[in-house]
Amino acid sequence: MGRLLYELTESVRIAMAQVRANKMRSALTALGVIIGIVAVTLMGTAIRGIDIGFNNSLAMLGDDIIHVQKWPWANVDDWWNYMDRQRLKPEEAIALNRIIEATPNSLLELAVFTDARGTTVKAGGVSVNGVYCSGATADFGRLLVADFQEGRLYNETESDGSRQVCVLGLDVAQALFPGRSAIDGTVIVQGQPFKVIGVLAKQGSFLGLFSMDNQMLLPLGAFRKYFGLRDDNADIQVKVRDKTRLDEAREELTGDMRRVRGQAPGERDNFSLNGGDGFKKQLDPIKQGIAFAGLFVTGLSLFVGAIGIMNITFVSVRERTKEIGTRKALGARRRTILLQFLIEAVSICFAGGVVGLAVTYGLCLAVKTAMPNFPLEFSVGLVATSMFVAIATGIISGFVPALGASRLDPVVALRYE
Amino acid sequence: MTPSAPVESRPVRPVGPLVISIEGVTKLYVMGEETIHALRGVSLEIRRNEYLAIMGPSGSGKSTLMNMLGCLDTPSSGKYEFSGQDVASMVDDELADIRNREIGFVFQTFNLLPRSDALRNVELPLIYAGVPRHERHERARAALESVGLGNRIHHKPNELSGGQRQRVAIARALVNRPSIILADEPTGNLDSKTGVEIMDLFEELYEKGNTLIVVTHEESIARHARRIIRLHDGLVESDGSAF
Repeated sequence: MGRLLYELTESVRIAMAQVRANKMRSALTALGVIIGIVAVTLMGTAIRGIDIGFNNSLAMLGDDIIHVQKWPWANVDDWWNYMDRQRLKPEEAIALNRIIEATPNSLLELAVFTDARGTTVKAGGVSVNGVYCSGATADFGRLLVADFQEGRLYNETESDGSRQVCVLGLDVAQALFPGRSAIDGTVIVQGQPFKVIGVLAKQGSFLGLFSMDNQMLLPLGAFRKYFGLRDDNADIQVKVRDKTRLDEAREELTGDMRRVRGQAPGERDNFSLNGGDGFKKQLDPIKQGIAFAGLFVTGLSLFVGAIGIMNITFVSVRERTKEIGTRKALGARRRTILLQFLIEAVSICFAGGVVGLAVTYGLCLAVKTAMPNFPLEFSVGLVATSMFVAIATGIISGFVPALGASRLDPVVALRYE
Repeated sequence: MTPSAPVESRPVRPVGPLVISIEGVTKLYVMGEETIHALRGVSLEIRRNEYLAIMGPSGSGKSTLMNMLGCLDTPSSGKYEFSGQDVASMVDDELADIRNREIGFVFQTFNLLPRSDALRNVELPLIYAGVPRHERHERARAALESVGLGNRIHHKPNELSGGQRQRVAIARALVNRPSIILADEPTGNLDSKTGVEIMDLFEELYEKGNTLIVVTHEESIARHARRIIRLHDGLVESDGSAF
């Protein structure tokens, strides 16, 4: 045991001396590993960043909410099968809630009818286009993912009385009331004045595609009055009690909804259940594909770095053949020689890994400063993984030449000039 | 080269127990179509505290015999026992351990590690022997002092003269207290004055009770030994007193 330890320290010392003696050569070899590690770790941070961004976006949508709608979110080829479906009605939400209440241990909590349109909102001389305007009853407060920046949601009285009040998304509020509070301000929607009673806190954008802050909420009654009920956006949002049992909840909801609509057994559902983790399930394979392709391509650059290490170890063994012979004559076992060259290869890789990681960290910081929204995520796991990859690269690429060195015949090695 | 004292006046120390016993050893090298018989049946015994020279022209099997004695190589056939252990049947790592414990090598080209200082070079066999750091330092320093280099322990090989380098190599050969010291043309790369100094050092080592085997093709070097073995064509031609 002692002997192995002494051999190890000796090997590390020799490796360091060797690297110092061949600075340029070692640096160039390490550069190959650095580039490989930077490529792989950058890809890793990007994949992780995308993943985190994606999960945040899903949470923003409410990952414990199932949407009962006419159309599925996924693209369908047989649109004619969906076109003639009945649109959803507020009464169906009420009927659903009645069933949910009557079901013991229901996995569902609450159904809320909502409808939405894109519209233009004005205040003073300013107007904002393309605001996502939803109408919902006061129950919607229990489904709302966003917090309130200020103010509140309309209450049941206001909602049932179709009072002309509204809640604005942060972007809308800031555009219409720059530099001051929007509360108690008046906005014009569909030519009607609405009093602002609440502003939602910042939510960001969904998958970086559309802003969740460019929205507003109206009481359902007022919404129906001025927008009508003709659109396919009608949506019964159902909150589930336990989002780890989404599939069971979806099954229960399907049964309930079929009851509400009086569908005969065997008949196809005439509604679609969207959201929950359905979106995630659809996108996961794509995400994995991107991750795999990305890591494969960047892995190639690491492979090139590994070839450099293997090459330099071969050169090192060749150059020091006589030294290997001498060491063997003095009693070095195969293991000793193998370790010596392996440690040399690993130290270059390790150094390359450390530098590569530092470069990646710097790049991440730079990108984060320049583009705060760009999804990059540097983590401890990444550090550990890349160090492991660097060391593994050293061991794998150094092994063949080191093994060759350890098996040299001492007589032949000593005679080598 | 002139010996520093008349050879005949040198003392012959009584020999000790058997160290090396070789019987009917042959070595074949197959080179393509050709088979070369480097050794054709060599038998000899070497006892502790002998001072032996092995001589022979090139191609006589001298180097092959030296590699065999140094446990760097194993015979194709025949018996080789080192202190009662059967070397002929040993595998690589066992041979490495025997070399480490029992044999001190001195090479014609010194074979020092260029980037390590004298102390580190001398310590090397002790590292492979698993000697703890502190003891390693002590023993390496003592070995360097015994060859007259106590004031050069932190010099690197390129800061030392040829004679000093060979002294470092001799200290390295001595440091693990081996049963034999095997020197291959130890003065071959040195000028004649330095060569004499090295041979005087060998004489001193012999008188202190070491067992020395010197492989050489120079008669004047061989005459320092107490016994000379002459090889010719892979066979022992003569084996006897140097006087």
